[in-house]
Amino acid sequence: MELAPLLQYLISGLTNGAIYALIALGFVIIYHATTIINFAQGEMVMLGALSSISIYHLYPSLLLAFLGGVVLVTLVGIIFERLALRPVKDPSPITLIIITVGGAVFIKGVAMLLWGKDAYSLPSFSGDQPFHLGPATILPQNLWVLGLTGVVLLALEAFFRLTLVGKAMRACAYNPKAARLVGISHGRMVQLSFALAAALGAGAGILIAPLTLGVYDMGTMLGLKGFCAAILGGLSSSFGGVLGGLILGVAESLATGLISSGYRDAVAFFILLVVLFLRPQGLIRGGS
Amino acid sequence: MIPKGLLNPWLFFGAAVLLLAGVLNNDYYLTLINFIGIYTLLVVGLNLLMGYGGQISLGHAAFFGIGAYSSGILTATCGVNPWLALLAGLVICGITAFLIGVPSLKLRGYYLAIATLGFGIIVYIFLNEAESLTGGPSGLAGIPNLSLGGLELNTPKRLFLLIWPLLGVILGLSANLVDSRTGRALRALHESEAAAQSLGVNTARVKIMIFVWSALYASLAGSLYAHTMNFIAPSSFGFMFSIKLVTMVVLGGMASIWGSLLGAAVLTVLPEILTMFHDYEVIIFGAILMVVMIFLPRGLVRGILDLWEFRRYKKEGGSIPT
Repeated sequence: MELAPLLQYLISGLTNGAIYALIALGFVIIYHATTIINFAQGEMVMLGALSSISIYHLYPSLLLAFLGGVVLVTLVGIIFERLALRPVKDPSPITLIIITVGGAVFIKGVAMLLWGKDAYSLPSFSGDQPFHLGPATILPQNLWVLGLTGVVLLALEAFFRLTLVGKAMRACAYNPKAARLVGISHGRMVQLSFALAAALGAGAGILIAPLTLGVYDMGTMLGLKGFCAAILGGLSSSFGGVLGGLILGVAESLATGLISSGYRDAVAFFILLVVLFLRPQGLIRGGS
Repeated sequence: MIPKGLLNPWLFFGAAVLLLAGVLNNDYYLTLINFIGIYTLLVVGLNLLMGYGGQISLGHAAFFGIGAYSSGILTATCGVNPWLALLAGLVICGITAFLIGVPSLKLRGYYLAIATLGFGIIVYIFLNEAESLTGGPSGLAGIPNLSLGGLELNTPKRLFLLIWPLLGVILGLSANLVDSRTGRALRALHESEAAAQSLGVNTARVKIMIFVWSALYASLAGSLYAHTMNFIAPSSFGFMFSIKLVTMVVLGGMASIWGSLLGAAVLTVLPEILTMFHDYEVIIFGAILMVVMIFLPRGLVRGILDLWEFRRYKKEGGSIPT
């Protein structure tokens, strides 16, 4: 095996992996706060990409498009929690799964009405002039994805460790009853977790849009893969989610290059099944 | 006062099937009704799992697909007898479901949903990619008709006379299962797994059994579908179809055998009468799933009946029952 293509696969794998990691973090944050698996997470990615593209078409500033997209989708996340999940009287796992799956399908349908079935493009954040790293080429957007993901992860870690609100969220996940006793509002923390997860998803969507185009049905697959990454890393650990995302991205990229591109999308789900069957006990720690 | 025996839904079902067989000669309607029958078969199986087992499969379309492709490939490509092919599909589906069910149902919570989701997507990709075997995205054509005692089932009417009596038997079987020892165990398990366990119910085994059972229904439906259409393509067995099946269950009401028939019928007929339905299909499914689960968790019909009863009760000045 030559080194050059291998390095190339690694670069594109890590780029996709970073996106999966951001999506996986959304799953982890919500699972932590509520033990809900939010299957609508992938649609936040799609909404992020498409809404930022629309904003960019109105006013061509990438910074504004990025921020606007994230804010808009964060609102959608909050509204989704408020309207679809908080009124549930019988929060059994099966009910919650059906509702979040329904939410995902619903959001996708609305996006299809709003944007149609066409794919839209967003310009790269700083041009398309590739540069060379040894035998491999890197697009500036690859670096943007990796760099911004890194920044977001650090900021998130700092938020959870250093700020009062972040600590309150962790307390809530660790022991909701005790957290309530010291005056932390569980409802508000749940809402915050949905807002954070939606923002992360939107960010992922906007980062990937210049590389893959934005289209109404992009969210389903991305969301499910982020979910695979979250399971792979252990649904209750942020670090695990990130690691899961990166492993998944690289595995997928290598499988595409070395085996066949047709089965590319199957890799993530194959890994999911293997993990589920071989190491389930280590996966959902603290869950039911 | 009408004697209670006459209100038996089974009598109604039998009478309706006989009546339709005698009166209806329109091929379009018969075909539509045949599809309702096939989908009901799928939905009843999924409903047993969701309503009684308290578990959800997000990849039921895969079992439907395995049944259909087993029948399709074995008959069209290998020339095997259709009934043997149907049996082979059942065996493959049963074993696959068992292999997925054993590891994921020993644990509680989300595992079966996750495993079936992954499995469903892998099967869908496989159907698309394994072109030499499945015909790939363009599908598999030339699937022969079923024949029964020398009579080829090549018209909608003849298929109707196979599908609906068969469905009647299977609905009866399902109702029996629900009222049997296993059914009681299932319901106990749905209420409280710990309590069921302490009464000696092997909860994992019961759940695995019901999951395999529901996969077998899906496989049978798949085989019937393949021989009805004479052509199958992967697009009929994707993730969205799994979601459609869950929507049918939710609409008809979980833990309701007759609700399954209703859910399947409504979501099969609606797209036919509303041409705009297709564009809004996804939104409608999503809305049904959310609204019914949030406000009417017992399903549409029972939910509305409950609301009505509740209203009347309040009007008569009764206190609200809890």
